[in-house]
Formats: sequence, structure tokens, C-alpha cells
Amino acid sequence: MSGILVFGEMNPDGLGGVTGELLALARSLAADTGDEVTVALQSDSVGSEAEEAVALGADIVLKVESEILAEPQIDAHLAAFEQVCRAVDPGVALLGRTPLGRDVGPRLAFRIGAAVAQDCVEVSVNPDTGRILATRPVYGGSAISRVSFSGDGAQVVIVRPKTFEPLDPDASRSGDVRDFPVTLDESAIRARLVDTVTQQAEGVRLEDASIVVSGGRGLGGPEPFQQLQSLSHLLGGALGASRAACDAGWIDHSHQVGLTGKTITPDLYITIGISGASQHMAGCSASKNIVAINRDEDANIFKSATFGVVGDWNRVLPSFIETVRELRDG
Amino acid sequence: MSINIVVCAKQVVDPETPASAFRIDSDAKRVLPAAGIPPVVNGFDENAVEAALQLKETVGASVTVLSVGSGFVMDVMKKPLSMGADQLVLVDDPLVADLDSFATARALAESVKKLGEFDLVLCGRQASDWDNAMAPLGVAEMLGIPCVTLAQKIEVEDDGGIVVQRALTDGYEVVRATLPALVTVSNELGEPRYPTLRGIMTAGRKRPTVWSASDIGLRASDLAPKLLLEDLFVPVSDRQCELIGGEDDADAGRNLALRLREARLI
Ligand SMILES: Cc1cc2nc3c(=O)[nH]c(=O)nc-3n(C[C@H](O)[C@H](O)[C@H](O)COP(=O)(O)OP(=O)(O)OC[C@H]3O[C@@H](n4cnc5c(N)ncnc54)[C@H](O)[C@@H]3O)c2cc1C
Repeated sequence: MSGILVFGEMNPDGLGGVTGELLALARSLAADTGDEVTVALQSDSVGSEAEEAVALGADIVLKVESEILAEPQIDAHLAAFEQVCRAVDPGVALLGRTPLGRDVGPRLAFRIGAAVAQDCVEVSVNPDTGRILATRPVYGGSAISRVSFSGDGAQVVIVRPKTFEPLDPDASRSGDVRDFPVTLDESAIRARLVDTVTQQAEGVRLEDASIVVSGGRGLGGPEPFQQLQSLSHLLGGALGASRAACDAGWIDHSHQVGLTGKTITPDLYITIGISGASQHMAGCSASKNIVAINRDEDANIFKSATFGVVGDWNRVLPSFIETVRELRDG
Repeated sequence: MSINIVVCAKQVVDPETPASAFRIDSDAKRVLPAAGIPPVVNGFDENAVEAALQLKETVGASVTVLSVGSGFVMDVMKKPLSMGADQLVLVDDPLVADLDSFATARALAESVKKLGEFDLVLCGRQASDWDNAMAPLGVAEMLGIPCVTLAQKIEVEDDGGIVVQRALTDGYEVVRATLPALVTVSNELGEPRYPTLRGIMTAGRKRPTVWSASDIGLRASDLAPKLLLEDLFVPVSDRQCELIGGEDDADAGRNLALRLREARLI
């Protein structure tokens, strides 16, 4: 049992973003352990993604091809990855905490009897034991825990997306690309994905926006979100919200920022009527600058904010928007 | 048709505990309950109870709420009963307090087996204390039943099939499975109902079934952790907030825009 095995997710247009992040992490761990980095690319057909994975840090690429793996069928990906895992017998398996990885990782661990850590944001090798030490936020981000894996068995580590930077692709790296035949029985799929319904807001994607304007329960209803929407348009940004605002039905859940919503990393994050609960901050604390407009000077959001106005948004926001417009129109 | 539903529910520290009251005993590596703030049933587990009660209304169901832990506050744990669940089963034993996900899954799976007939196991998508979102997956694996996570809608069909909408951050997936199955529930399913006065009175009269670890056939050695907690601490933020003022709120809004332009942020 040795080596690092990465669960490589693929998008229709290439390697999934998280795969590059996992490969970068795998390389940094391998620098300490001297391990080889293997990535399993699971899809109906794997093409140039194999070379892409090598350029991003893989030593060995396993092409795990099967018709059913074209879709994010969790049961099929789990069955395939279990076969890979049993064959490779890695010391560490890395997965992203994506809609697919968050289920495949723990279920794999339960199947092979391995210990598993979820939602890790720092991962290192303990020099004394050679075992993994992982850091993960708990209690919604109010606390941070560091965990290790008992015994000497496989360690399954599920990593929070957007935590690690992919390496710059290095076309001169060489790696070994192999086929890994799997036998996938239809009966392995007991919960079958039959449809995917996408509800994407138009305009800039929240996750990619460099400016995000977000509203919370303090807005008091759905109407003020229209003002926030026009502000975000004015700034070329995207519209976000707290869970409280989404649960109240004022705005669709696809706008939710936070632990159980989206993770955003804009240069500027403007919050209006959001208290800054740890579960909200879990999705936005990597923003370069946070602005808070909140009437409660003790609100938690001011602890993370770079700029703040203590006041009623009903009066702060109109003049703010007007001045932004004037500045833009020069 | 009527189905047997088991809802797994956990008693947790209230996640709305203000940051100023949130304390950790770093030697014991545990969160200290804040004075005067009672624990709650994990919010997503209440969503799962809501899902169960909706199925009770549409297809007919008996709803058993199951919890594993110790130091239960009975008024708290009876809330699902007052919402309309039929039965409460507590595995109350110091041996099953503070388990890791693996051992929690084991204890829940053994309890479900002891309960006997079940068609659907519902859990919250994650517990708001350790945010692992793992124990339910383990329960499904140990029971050998299909597993669907993050449900925002659950429909049970006449032929014993279920159709689940699985919430994604940009929409949802539609997943089909057959019963028996395990489904985890997300807040998108809708706010849990409030207990009615009658519900509270009925719940008051109901007695939970209480089991020990040995009642579900488990010993300490079966529950040894696979994941070890090395450290637990409160993160520190080193950001300094520059407060922007003005003659009044409107003036502050103007000054904020000017300051952001000065900092080249807009
Ligand atoms: C497991 C778990 C996961 C969660 N996941 C998420 C998540 O992903 N995202 C998320 O956001 N939350 C999440 N939450 C919920 C979170 O704990 C908070 O309840 C939520 O973020 C609060 O939203 P809020 O800040 O809009 O509302 P509140 O906390 O009610 O804050 C409203 C704020 O508005 C201010 N305000 C009111 N009126 C005005 C006014 N006129 N002018 C200016 N300010 C005003 C108030 O001072 C207050 O600070 C989660 C909770 C749990 C337990």
C-alpha cells in the first residue's frame, strides 16, 4: 500500500477544475513522501485530458472508460473507482468535495474500511509518522479541527474545491498513460440519475465574478433584491444571497453563498443586511475585500470586512448606487 | 400503501450560538455548551422530519425518529414528535457519545436493523456540528441499500420506486431508486413545520424507547474511531474593518463609493 491516487473528474470540455487542484495537492504531498501520483480519469472516452493531467502533475494516468461513466452517475463512478482503488492500493486517495466526489469518497471509504476526512482545506504529511494530517473547518467554520487517520490503512481525503491552486501546466513533464479496464454491471446502479435541470442566472457566474453583491434577511423582502441586481449589473458583477434570504423565498437558492451554497472568491464582496454567520463566511472568506452595510455595529460581518458602514441600508444604498453610477459615467 | 420511515436525528449545539458565546475546551478538544443556550435538533434533520411528514400525508407512513448519543434533553428531542412523528427511539449511552462518522453509521445501521421493517431511512444532509455529511452514506452502505443525497423533493410511487430531486448549487438532478433506500434531505425541501399545540400535548404523553449500546449489539471495541481529532481551535481573523461614516446614512453611502473608487475596487 503506497502512492497517491487522485479521483479525476472530467468536464465535457476537459479536465474538471478540481482535478488540477487535487493534482497540485498530490504533488506537494509527494514531495514529502516520494510517492507516485496516479490519477484515474473516469469517462466514456478519455482523450487529450490524459496529457493534460500529466502536464498538471500526474505520474500515471489510468484511463477508466465505460459508456455509463459519461454521466455523473454516482453508483457507477463509485463502483469503477472502488475497482481502481483495490488494484492500485494507495496510501492516500484524494477526491474533490463536488456533487460527485462528496458521495463517492465516503462511500468508497466505508466499503474498503478506510478512514476518511471530509472538506479538508489543508493537507500535509506528518514527518514523524508519514501519515496525513488534515485541517477542516467544523461547526460551520466557527472552529477549525485537525485530524489524523488511525492505524496504517488507506487514507481518503476529500478536499474543498478552490482551496488549492492548480500548477502551471508543464508540457515537458512525462507520464505513463494506461488503460484500466473496468467491468461495470448495470445492476451496480441502484440510484439512477435520469435528468439534470440547470437553473443558471444569466450574466456573470457567481463563482467566477470579480465583484459580488449579496443581500440577507436584513433586506426584509424580495423587492430590494432588484436594487442589488441593478447594482451588480452596474459593477459588472453577480448577485448573491444568504441562506436566510433564499429560505425565505426572496431569491432562488442558486444565489446562495456559504457552506451549503456556493464558494466565491471575488476581489470585492459587498454584503447588505447580512450578519456574517460562520456558515455564510465559509463561502466567501477568501474574498479579497469584503464590504459590509449593516445597522448593527456588533454584527459578525464587521470582523471580516475591510470596509463597513454601520447604518440602515434603506438610506445607505440609494446614495451608494447613485455615486457608483456617477463615478462610472465620469 | 403505507411505508415505514426512520428519520435519523442528532442533538447538536445551537448553530445560531453567537460567536461571542462560542467556546472551546482545547484540552478536551470539544465545544462547550454556551450557558443558557439549549441544544437543538440538527436543522437538516428537522427538514428530514418534514419530508417524512409530507410522505405520511401523501402516501401514508409511520415515522420513527432515531437518535444515537448521550446527554439528551428530552424537550429538545421530542420536537419531531410534536411536529407529528409517531415514535422516538434513543440509543442513550456514553459509549455512543462523540463517535466518528464511521462508528455513528455503525450504531445507526444496527439500530435500524433492530427496529425491523423499514422502507425509507431519511437523514439531514449533514450535522451542523462536525459538518461531515458522511454518517448517512455509511448507514446506506452498511444496510446495503441505495443512497441519494441532498434531496429537495421526494416522491414515492405506487410500485415502490422513489424519485428524488437532488439539490445542486445550480439546479437539481432527478434520481430514481427503489425502496428500501436512504435519502439525505437539504433545506431546499422547505422549512420544517411548527409543532401544533395538540402535537406538543401528544408528544408530552409519548415515551421514547431507550436502548443502550449493548441493546444494539455493540461494544466499545466496535466503535473505535478511524479518524482522530488532534486539535480543535477557534480561527482568528486579522482583518481590520475601516468604518466609513458621514453626516448621515446617505452621506456614508456616498463616501463608501468614493472610498472604494480610491482603493481601485470599483
Ligand atoms: C449547517 C448549516 C449550514 C448553513 N449554510 C449556510 C450557507 O451556505 N449560507 C448562508 O448564508 N447561511 C448558511 N447557514 C445559515 C446561517 O447560520 C445564518 O442563519 C444565515 O447566514 C443568516 O443569514 P442573514 O445574515 O441574512 O440573516 P441574519 O443573521 O438574520 O442577519 C440579518 C442582518 O441584517 C441586519 N439588518 C437588518 N435590518 C437592517 C437594515 N435595515 N439595514 C442594515 N442592516 C440590517 C441585521 O443587523 C443583521 O445583522 C447555515 C446554517 C447551518 C446550521
